[in-house]
Amino acid sequence: MGAAHSASAEVRELEGKTGFSSDQIEQLHRRFKQLSGDQPTIRKENFNNVPDLELNPIRSKIVRAFFDNRNLRKGPTGLADEINFEDFLTIMSYFRPIDTTMGEEQVELSRKEKLRFLFHMYDSDSDGRITLEEYRNVVEELLSGNPHIEKESARSIADGAMMEAASVCVGQMEPDQVYEGITFEDFLKVGTRYRWGQGNNRGSPGSVVAEESAEGQLVRNSSSRGLGEAGATCPL
Amino acid sequence: MGLQMFMTLSPWNWLLLLTALECSEASSDLKESATSTAQHVPNAWFAAASSEPDERISVFELDYDYVQIPYEVTLWILLASLAKIGFHVYHRLPGLMPESCLLILVGVLVGGIIFGTDHKSPPVMDSSIYFLYLLPPIVLESGYFMPTRPFFENFGSILWWAGLGALVNAFGIGLCLYLICQVKAFGLGDVNLLQNLLFGSLISSVDPMAVLAVFQEARVNEQLYMMIFGEALLNDGISVVLYNILIAFIKMHTFEDIEAVDILAGCARFVVVGVGGVLFGIVFGFISAFITRFTHNVSAIEPLIVFMFSYLSYLAAETLYLSGILAITACAVTMKKYVEENVSQKSYTTIKYFMKMLSSVSETLIFIFMGVSTVGKNHEWNWAFICFTLVFCQIWRAISVFALFYVSNQFRTFPFSIKDQCIIFYSGVRGAGTFSLAFLLPLSLFPRKKLFVTATLVVIYFTTFIQGITIGPLVRYLDVKKTNKKESINEELHIRLMDHLKAGIEDVCGHWGHYQVRDKFKKFDHRYLRKILIRKNLPKSSIVSLYKKLEMKQAIEMVETGILSSTAFSVPHVAQRIQRIKRLSPEDVESMRDILTRNLYQVRQRTLSYNKYNLKPQTSEKQAKEILIRRQNTLRESMRKGHSLPWGKPAGTKNIRYLSFPYSNPPSAGRDARAAESTDDDSSDPGVLSLKFSTHSRVASLQKRRQTQEVIPMRRLHRGGKAFNFGYQRNASQEEDVGAGRRVALRPKPLFHTVDEEYESGGESEEESSAVGSRWTADHGHSREHHKSHSPLLRRK
Repeated sequence: MGAAHSASAEVRELEGKTGFSSDQIEQLHRRFKQLSGDQPTIRKENFNNVPDLELNPIRSKIVRAFFDNRNLRKGPTGLADEINFEDFLTIMSYFRPIDTTMGEEQVELSRKEKLRFLFHMYDSDSDGRITLEEYRNVVEELLSGNPHIEKESARSIADGAMMEAASVCVGQMEPDQVYEGITFEDFLKVGTRYRWGQGNNRGSPGSVVAEESAEGQLVRNSSSRGLGEAGATCPL
Repeated sequence: MGLQMFMTLSPWNWLLLLTALECSEASSDLKESATSTAQHVPNAWFAAASSEPDERISVFELDYDYVQIPYEVTLWILLASLAKIGFHVYHRLPGLMPESCLLILVGVLVGGIIFGTDHKSPPVMDSSIYFLYLLPPIVLESGYFMPTRPFFENFGSILWWAGLGALVNAFGIGLCLYLICQVKAFGLGDVNLLQNLLFGSLISSVDPMAVLAVFQEARVNEQLYMMIFGEALLNDGISVVLYNILIAFIKMHTFEDIEAVDILAGCARFVVVGVGGVLFGIVFGFISAFITRFTHNVSAIEPLIVFMFSYLSYLAAETLYLSGILAITACAVTMKKYVEENVSQKSYTTIKYFMKMLSSVSETLIFIFMGVSTVGKNHEWNWAFICFTLVFCQIWRAISVFALFYVSNQFRTFPFSIKDQCIIFYSGVRGAGTFSLAFLLPLSLFPRKKLFVTATLVVIYFTTFIQGITIGPLVRYLDVKKTNKKESINEELHIRLMDHLKAGIEDVCGHWGHYQVRDKFKKFDHRYLRKILIRKNLPKSSIVSLYKKLEMKQAIEMVETGILSSTAFSVPHVAQRIQRIKRLSPEDVESMRDILTRNLYQVRQRTLSYNKYNLKPQTSEKQAKEILIRRQNTLRESMRKGHSLPWGKPAGTKNIRYLSFPYSNPPSAGRDARAAESTDDDSSDPGVLSLKFSTHSRVASLQKRRQTQEVIPMRRLHRGGKAFNFGYQRNASQEEDVGAGRRVALRPKPLFHTVDEEYESGGESEEESSAVGSRWTADHGHSREHHKSHSPLLRRK
């Protein structure tokens, strides 16, 4: 890796890996260089250069997600110290728009990937479960933008959410079991539980996509708007 | 059949009708006698009053003229309201047909009677009355109750469809009808292009509110719903602007004089009128939001501020020939967000109800008036014109739907399916607005006004009755994608997180996209607008407000369990044994899951809860009442049993742990007060307050324990689920006996028998049961709780 990304063979390889078009890769590469200050890799500090990110309440979580080995597909736990352009693209490719040419399975897969990315943001200790502590942590951070909201209420919101999540998944657990945290499967279910509950008249696999939760929908929306046009209009 | 039903169901309407007729008869008698006094010898005491003023005081006088207008208006409104009541007395009727159908039928009935008895109909409708009094409430209401977020998420599509769709329809229908008018055989040669265009503009304004009710019931997907809602919201504005401009054209020129400049000016005017109206509305919205910031001491006038400023925005925009409709819509949308947070709970409720009331009154009036004016001699029937109008309305709607959505689908991640488009096409129901515009055509400019009115009526009748009644079955038949929006805390949180994440990613890749716009606005909002417009120290965000709602629910649940526990465990040996419970049988699990999936959170549908005619019963009110009732029951219970703590058992307080009122620490005193106030507002009864305070104390006592536990044991959730279930049964407007039936059905399940036996065998100390903290980590510590969680069900009769 390194600065020699302009080589077309390499670009094509990246295209294959990430699904971006070469235009988009060009754009993102320029952005990458801008962020890294012409270095081959980006470190956490480089993200301080993004002024708009500063106001984002979950800023640290977002930055962290870039270095998360799980998202980089490099390992089950841990954080990378620095990421190169390919890693950067890998992260970005989570937010790639879905293509109309994609089959249902691919769409579903891409949606799951996005949700997994979100899940990893919650699950900071990489144990595959969102524990109450982690949930609280996220909610607190999420609400930190509003100074009037105290930690206490953030916590109880997380508690409530946790309880709700547990109650959604309750049917499959033994009574004397302890609900330790939201696994990814639960995570999917909590968002999309009505698919199971009410979508009984639409049993086709297509309905899974059709009745997906709001967040799934947003994932796709954003990605199409965010990066879909990036090639054309990105003011780098 | 509907008519018959109506007649049997609401004798009151008949009574009222008679009253109304009596009165108008009296009034005409009065007029006659007044005019005839000069010629005839007066023979009643009318004469005493009218012709001999200087005589002595008569004992009984009748001065109907003095009160005539308000009197008749009042009677009209009453008639309309009674019609509505009659409509809803019979439960199945609203499912069969839209309310507007019934109102029109009542109108026709009244019209028939008026016509048959040769009376003049009361003057409810004329141009200024319609535009100044009847229209603003309708628009204000739909603007105010617009679900903001999904609206702006689909903003582009809505604007594209509602704006361009109205234009395409108006011009398409107008031009095609003009072509028809050129055919000599139809005898329409004197209807010129402008008149046709004007007719096109008014006939293209759809009013799909009736359809929304169907959608809500069928739970169609959110995008579709928002499309129709957006159309309903913006369509009126656009049609009226177009209508006014065309009227201006017709007034200014004869057809030949119009030059290209004028047309350009007209287009520019269209834009200016629209945009200007919106800007006006936004400014007024901010002003009123700002003012409500200072009203906390005079909360009685808070609703007034809201209404007056909305109305003012309408009037001010109209003064400048801007679109008042768009102004009032924008005003409502702008201020809603801030006003809701500023005003007290009571004022907020007042605002909501008053708004619904006003709009429903004016719409009802228009519909009934439409029915009245159906019967009579002011019609001109021209088969060609009317049939072609009907046909073109459908054709152009189809064209515009399929063409416009074809284009906008290119830009959407979630395209509208053909089914969706069919539904949108079919939802082109014309309504009150169309009729009013047609009815208000100035006769001097439109010699064939009667023809237009007749054609409009036919279109309205066709769409309202045929399409309005069949769209429900059609939606079900086509099996349109169901809603994907369900409210839950988890989802809300995920959506938030996702939003921020997306904005962050867009920041990182340097792209200024859609989500950044929202993000930017939110930041701006947080930094400046909210500081200026909202009273300080109000912690609000939609998560928090959602949470509040849940909390409310939880409180009920708590009280409920409080009662149950106080009845269940009032026997001296309150000892429960921490004992392992037998495994749940698959059937039990199944039934529980069933209950959970069916009943969880169904009460709270935020987005799709719009109903044109009714506010759904306010949950918090009901809940407050519920709490009160429960509370009283508990007190009575404890008095009898000699209990000091109504829900003093740990079972009652368990829930607080998680969804508790987080007000126990000193710094939150301000919020505490606020929360107390709002609870108080919900039902100004001390019972609620005392509930709150006792909650506090419980929470405080649990503060320490709560620090330790990090895991949620399953069985509490069972109970949570069950209580939600009950909450649902209460809140949904089901018959109570249905709920009772379910409970009875639940009771004999083997699971609960098991529980019962184990309960008897229990022998642990009270201490143990209240040592909550220890239980969280212990593996088997939950069975007792589980036990408790089901025993209420057992005891429940």
